[in-house]
Amino acid sequence: MTLTTRKFDALIVGAGGAGLRAALQLSNAEARVAVVSKVFPTRSHTVAAQGGVNAALANVLPDSWHWHMFDTVKGSDYLGDQDAIEYMCRAAPKVVYELEHFGVPFSRLEEGNIYQRAFGGQSQHFGKEQAARTCAAADRTGHAILHSLYQQNLRAQTHFFDEYFAIDLIKDDAGHVLGVVAFDILSGEPIAIEAKTTLIATGGAGQIFRTNTNALSNTGDGMAMALRAGVPLEDMEFVQFHPTGIAGRGMLITEGARGEGGFLINDQGERFMERYAPNAKDLASRDVVSRAIAIEVREGRGCGRNKDHALLDLRHLGADTIMKKLPGIREVSMTFLGVDPIEAPIPIFPTCHYSMGGIPTNRDGQVVVPVKDTPEDPVPGLYAAGEAACVSVHGANRLGGNSLLDILVFGRAAANHILDFLKDNRHHRPLHKESVDRALARLARWDRKGEGEAVEPLRRELRKIMEDHCGVFRTAEVMQEGVTRLHDLRERIDNAVIRDHSRTFNTARVEAMELENLMDCAMATIVSALGREESRGAHSRMDFTDRDDERWLRHSLYSLQDDAMDYKPVRTQPVTVESFPPKERVY
Amino acid sequence: MEFSIYRFNPETDSAPYMQDFTLGDDLVEPGMMLLDALLLLKEQDDSLSFRRSCQHGVCGSDGMNINGTNGLACIMPLKDLKTPIVLRPFPGMPVIRDLIVDMDNFYHQYREAEPWLVNDSPEPEVERLQSPEDRDKLDGLYECILCGCCSAACPSYWWNPDRFLGPAALLQAARFIQDSRDEATEERLERLDDAYSLYRCHGIMNCTQVCPKGLNPSKAIGDIRRIMLKRSV
Repeated sequence: MTLTTRKFDALIVGAGGAGLRAALQLSNAEARVAVVSKVFPTRSHTVAAQGGVNAALANVLPDSWHWHMFDTVKGSDYLGDQDAIEYMCRAAPKVVYELEHFGVPFSRLEEGNIYQRAFGGQSQHFGKEQAARTCAAADRTGHAILHSLYQQNLRAQTHFFDEYFAIDLIKDDAGHVLGVVAFDILSGEPIAIEAKTTLIATGGAGQIFRTNTNALSNTGDGMAMALRAGVPLEDMEFVQFHPTGIAGRGMLITEGARGEGGFLINDQGERFMERYAPNAKDLASRDVVSRAIAIEVREGRGCGRNKDHALLDLRHLGADTIMKKLPGIREVSMTFLGVDPIEAPIPIFPTCHYSMGGIPTNRDGQVVVPVKDTPEDPVPGLYAAGEAACVSVHGANRLGGNSLLDILVFGRAAANHILDFLKDNRHHRPLHKESVDRALARLARWDRKGEGEAVEPLRRELRKIMEDHCGVFRTAEVMQEGVTRLHDLRERIDNAVIRDHSRTFNTARVEAMELENLMDCAMATIVSALGREESRGAHSRMDFTDRDDERWLRHSLYSLQDDAMDYKPVRTQPVTVESFPPKERVY
Repeated sequence: MEFSIYRFNPETDSAPYMQDFTLGDDLVEPGMMLLDALLLLKEQDDSLSFRRSCQHGVCGSDGMNINGTNGLACIMPLKDLKTPIVLRPFPGMPVIRDLIVDMDNFYHQYREAEPWLVNDSPEPEVERLQSPEDRDKLDGLYECILCGCCSAACPSYWWNPDRFLGPAALLQAARFIQDSRDEATEERLERLDDAYSLYRCHGIMNCTQVCPKGLNPSKAIGDIRRIMLKRSV
């Protein structure tokens, strides 16, 4: 059987905001670009982002990109790379205006400008008054952005491989990335897609935790592909737990609900955030609010019959504001809880939401790896952007409203760098057969018949292990046991089988390959977490409760080979302004 | 809990058939959605095929025909459904496998509506202004998730899927016709002005009845018609 092959200048894996923003930039520059996505593009998880995208437009309150930069550095607990953060915050107004020109239906202020709301961790004047920096389309901003980007890509005639599953990167012996091997989910047929550049924009890996706000398709496919291609993952221990997931279910209730004036209460009806963050209160950083809720519950002040959650009260906002500014979360709350937030508070609990870590890149989106004495050497032809990547603008804790910004700014920046790369690299390199065969073998592995464990119970076990052993509060002992259990699980996954062996739209096979990807991401997360002996941002160690800048102001790098850990320095030097040195973080 | 589910695998089945499934009562929890049940049934038989992703009604992947009505499995409470729960793929669309339909024509009609903002005036350095009142006109139009429930419930679309754009695509047409920033209104109306693209809508209103997002394609189509009429006099 001969393998189908297709050739493009630029290949993008993933059709969320980062992938589509990059694709649009490339298509408009008339590069031959293809986008591979395992779901139809508008079903990518960017669609679920609610609250908005940060940019210092100053439409509502005075603002500056420099204040935005300060908030982001502080929010990152000083682990973010300040050159990338400066670049992002400076670019923010431009990318938001571009979105508006693409047709995004932003909510509007009286004068016709883009509506902006307050979000957590935002300030004016480097830590003073609350800012209003988050540009919103009601509470459906991600939907509005993703659909507009897809629509503009249709206009630009970007080539889409819809419902194709990328198996692995093709990489030659000289270390150049030459595209991916994928398969058409509809027909089951494999295909080699050759490209001079490959951009991984596959999103996060929230499904490694049992309770999460993520889509079932957020299985860290691109992160795992990078690992298998020998690229380490950066800062995977930093997993954001969103303070307000629907209790017991995980669906997201946007931070915008607190931005509009909602607040959290415990079983006494007390606004407990006043104790944890006297100034910012309910709009402290997400790691701070999530920990506060977890502590309230642990100390017996939880709500409900099992005293296992807190309440988010929006009633005082009134029906008008809720229906106009927060219609989507009202719908979710009514559907999943039967609770109308106009009449009753919403039961919430911190829920796995976002991977701060990912594939290491520089601010041009190039994937960078340590080579000898150089901590950041670009992998030729390989790029990453969005949640799959780690630039790192989020460091140890991402600010709400900065993820949509990240995907837009770095999707665009990666595309611009790709255009330069294409000018200097006009020819395809020869296809690397061994690497293609390895990918095909991974696909064929699931044709195996006979006895073996099924995929779904293994997936459930993986998620439970991560929740029990690598959750909001972590200790060495508990994590060590988790690592042991994951090693055991890894072997069992190697021996698992599926019963469905048909070619046509075989979802069992897709799920099996997703499980392998989840496994690699879960291991990266827990091994990195065990390695970092301090508490910083979203990473809370009960056995190392303080931040330790002397030892740990550095990025973790996890490699699949032997589950080895390595570290590299934080880029504390911005591009043009003074560095923000680490300080105690108070909200 | 009993289910009767449409099965068809083109590699092994000469014709589709309905298969009974049972979900043990011990597995049924309060507040469960239909998708939760389907995921459990897939553990019994991993060949049971359906699309799904976000699990809360924003990605639009898991549209199907549920007890005779199109809807999204992930936001359909199990307790509201009469048993046995009968699940079929969308009517009027070619079946690929089990509950998975071929949506190529649906997406084609969406593209036919040219669903992108056209504004060729010089771009300002900042945002184009839009009054809150003008922005309000997009509410009820832009929120579509392209699940296909509406078009797959529309008899006019069943009969003329190639020539009638269907409610989902027409909702998109309306979304751009109503957008004060769009400069292609005239061309948009022109393209719709034939016997089929728009005018095959007979106001049956199945689209509005089934829309899981509570949108009203029927009204949007009516509004386009009114604009057309105004334009012709």
